[in-house]
Amino acid sequence: MSVYLDNAATTKPCSECVEAILSALNENYGNPSSLHRAGLNAQLAVDKARKSIADALGAAPECIYFTSGATESNNLAIRGAAAAYGKRKRKIVVSSVEHASVAETMTSLEQNGFEVVRVSPREDGKFYGIDFVSACDENTCLISMMLVNNETGYILPVGEVFAAVKRRFPEIITHCDCVQGFMKLPVKASSLNADLISVSGHKIHGAKGTGALYVKKGVRLIPLITGGKQEKGIRSGTESVPLIAGFGAAVDKLSPTISQRYEAVKNLKAHLLAGLAEIDGVTVNSPDDGSPYVVNISAAGRRSEIMLHYLEQREIYVSSGSACSKGAQSGVLGEFGINGKLADSAVRISMTAETTVEELDVFIAALKDGIENIRT
Amino acid sequence: MKEIILVKYGEIALKGLNKNTFEDMLTKNIKRRIKSLGKFVCTRAQSTLYITPEDDSTDLQEAVNRISKIFGIAALCRACVCEKDFSDIREKSYEYLSEILTYAKTFKVTAKRSDKAFPMKSPEICMELGGALLEKFPHLTVDVKNPEVTVTVEIRDTNAYIHAENIKGAGGLPVGSSGKAMLLLSGGIDSPVAGWMMAKRGVHIAAIHYVSPPYTSDRAQLKVEQLCEKLTDYCGGIAFYCVPFTELQEAIKDNCPEEFFTIIMRRLMMEIAQRIAADDGCLALITGESVGQVASQTMAAIGCTDAVCRMPVFRPLIGMDKTEIIEIARKIDTFETSTLPYEDCCTVFTPKHPKVRPLLADIEKAQNSFDFEPLIKKAVENTEMKVFNFSR
Repeated sequence: MSVYLDNAATTKPCSECVEAILSALNENYGNPSSLHRAGLNAQLAVDKARKSIADALGAAPECIYFTSGATESNNLAIRGAAAAYGKRKRKIVVSSVEHASVAETMTSLEQNGFEVVRVSPREDGKFYGIDFVSACDENTCLISMMLVNNETGYILPVGEVFAAVKRRFPEIITHCDCVQGFMKLPVKASSLNADLISVSGHKIHGAKGTGALYVKKGVRLIPLITGGKQEKGIRSGTESVPLIAGFGAAVDKLSPTISQRYEAVKNLKAHLLAGLAEIDGVTVNSPDDGSPYVVNISAAGRRSEIMLHYLEQREIYVSSGSACSKGAQSGVLGEFGINGKLADSAVRISMTAETTVEELDVFIAALKDGIENIRT
Repeated sequence: MKEIILVKYGEIALKGLNKNTFEDMLTKNIKRRIKSLGKFVCTRAQSTLYITPEDDSTDLQEAVNRISKIFGIAALCRACVCEKDFSDIREKSYEYLSEILTYAKTFKVTAKRSDKAFPMKSPEICMELGGALLEKFPHLTVDVKNPEVTVTVEIRDTNAYIHAENIKGAGGLPVGSSGKAMLLLSGGIDSPVAGWMMAKRGVHIAAIHYVSPPYTSDRAQLKVEQLCEKLTDYCGGIAFYCVPFTELQEAIKDNCPEEFFTIIMRRLMMEIAQRIAADDGCLALITGESVGQVASQTMAAIGCTDAVCRMPVFRPLIGMDKTEIIEIARKIDTFETSTLPYEDCCTVFTPKHPKVRPLLADIEKAQNSFDFEPLIKKAVENTEMKVFNFSR
C-alpha cells in the first residue's frame, strides 16, 4: 500500500474531474471563441466552471480569469497590478514567507526599480497584522499576502490586514495567494477584502495546468500574454476547455463539504500529532491554529532528504520543504524561527480528507524506524 | 457574542396605515434573498428590521452585501447585541471592536438612546465608552470631525447594539409593492438600467426579449439571460419571455418602406409585449428609451410607437444622458455584459436613413399595407418563458 502524504504539492484528480476532462476531450472539443454552436458549447463548459469557482469565492463569474496555474495567476496579479498601478507608486509590501511564484516575482520587480518591503514574523514566530499595515504608505501600489503557508500551514491574518489597509489607503491593490486555502478553509473574496486572489486546480483534486485569478470589478491589470484577447484580453490563448471543466468539476465536488472536511482533517492532524508525540526527538513546527492540512515536523536531526528517501522505500511520500524548490531550502522555515538542525530535518506531511488513520499510523511507524535506522 | 444585522427602512417608515403591507413585503424579499446562506429570524420594531442568524458561522458579510441591494432600505449594518447595561456594552465593545480598533488611528463614539428609561444620557454614554476604549486601545486618539472609525451605540427596546460600519441601503420601495410591469429587454446598456430604476420604485419586473435567428445568435440570447440573472439581485425573480421575431422582421423588410422599418418594428414589439404583459398581470410596459438618443427615440417616433399602446409605457431614462445611464449600469454591474458584441434584433435591417420625424398617418398607412396580425399571433403563441432567480 502506498501512502501519499504530499497533498500540498499536488493531489490526485477526483473521478468527477477526470470524467469532465474526458468528456470535453472526446465530445466538447470546439474552440470557445468560434461563433458556431460547437464553439458556444465549449464556451458554456468554460463558463460553467467559471461560475463554480466564482460561487466558491462568493464572487461574480466575470471576475474569474483562467490561467495555466497558480504560478501564472500570481505573476499576472503582481506584475499586472504593478504595471497598471506602479508607474508613480513604486512600493510593494509582501510577507517574507511567500511561495516562490510570489517571492521570485517580487525579486524580479525589485530589479526593475520597485521597492519591496518584506514583512517577517516577529521573534515569537507569529505575524502581527499591524506590521503589514504600518509598512504601507501613500507610495505603495500593492500588498500581497498568502493565506496559508505551504510549508507550515500557518494562517496569515489576511482579511483583517487588507481591511485595515483599504480603510487607510483605499487605492492600494490587495492580492492573496490562496492556493493552500482554497477549498480547505472558507475563502471568500469579501471577507478577505482582496482585489486579486490566486487559486490552483491541481491542489484541489483538479488537473495540473490550470488555475484561476479572481480580479475584483474595477481593478485593472496589464496582461502578461497578448494575442486573441481570450479572457477579456487579460489572458490570451485558447482556453484549455478540458482542464478548466475538470477544475470546475473538482470545485463543485469539494465546495459543499469545506467545513466537514476541515473537521475531518483536524481530527487526522490530532491523531498524527498524538502519534508523533510518542517518538523521541520529533518537534512539531506547525502552529496549533494553522491549517490542519499541512503539518511540518522536524525528525530528530535526521536530514530531511534522507528521511524522505527512507520513507519512499516503503512507498510513503512526504515532502522536505516545498516541492517546487526540489528539496532546496527556501528560507521560509527560518523566517518562522525554525533554523539549523530543526530546519535540516524538516518533513512536511500534507493530508486530504481522504487520508486515513491507518495511513497515518503506517507513516508514524516508518518515521520511528527511520529515526532509529538513519545514521547521523 | 451575538452578531445580527440591523436594517433601517427608507421611505416605508413614512407610510401610514398600509405601512405593514410594505414591511411584510420587505421582510419577505430579504428572507428570500438570504435563505441560501442559512436560517435567520427576522423581527421588527421601531422602523428597524432585526435579522438574527440562527447559526453563528453564517456568512453575515455576504448577507449584508445581498441585503444592501434590496429596495426599501435606507441603511444597514452588522451589530453586536448587548444587555442594556453599560458594563456589558463596554466589555462587549472591547471584544467586538478589537479588530477594527487595533488597526485604526482615530475614532469617535456616537450614541442613540431611543429608550429614554436607560439611566445614562447619550453624551454620557459617548464619554464613558470613549474613555474606556481609549484606555483599552491606547494607540487611538479621538477625532470627532473626521474619525477613521465611528463607533455607534444604540439603546433600543429590548437590547443595546454596538456597530462600527454603517452601510447605505439601496433606497426606494420594496419590489412588488407597486405591482408588476413588463420590461422590453434588448441586451443593450439602457434597458437593464430602466428595469432597475422601476424596480427601485417597487415594481416587480417581467422581461421580454425578441430573437431573430439566423440574424441573431444563441450568444445574443444568452447575454440577455445573463442580464436578467444580474437584475435578480435587485429585482427578485424575473419571468423572461423570448419572442421569435424573424418572420415579422422579414415581413417588414419585404413590405414596408425602409425608412419606417425601425418604427414599425417597435410598434409590433409593443403590440406583442402588451398582449403577453396583459396575460401575465402586468400593469405597464417599461423601455430604456431616452429622448433623441437614436432616430426611433425622437419625440415624434415615440409618439408613433405609443399610438399602438393600450397600457402605460414607463421610460425612466427619458431625460438622462448616456453617461448617466452608463454610470448606473456600472453600479448595478450590467455594463460589462451589455457591451458584449453580439448583434441583437434591434440592429437587424436597420435603415441607412431612418425617418427622424415620422408622421403617424404615414406609418399607419405603411403598416396597413400588410396584414401582420397572423404573424403577431404566431409569435405570441411561440413565445417561450423561463423564470430567472438569484444566481447564488
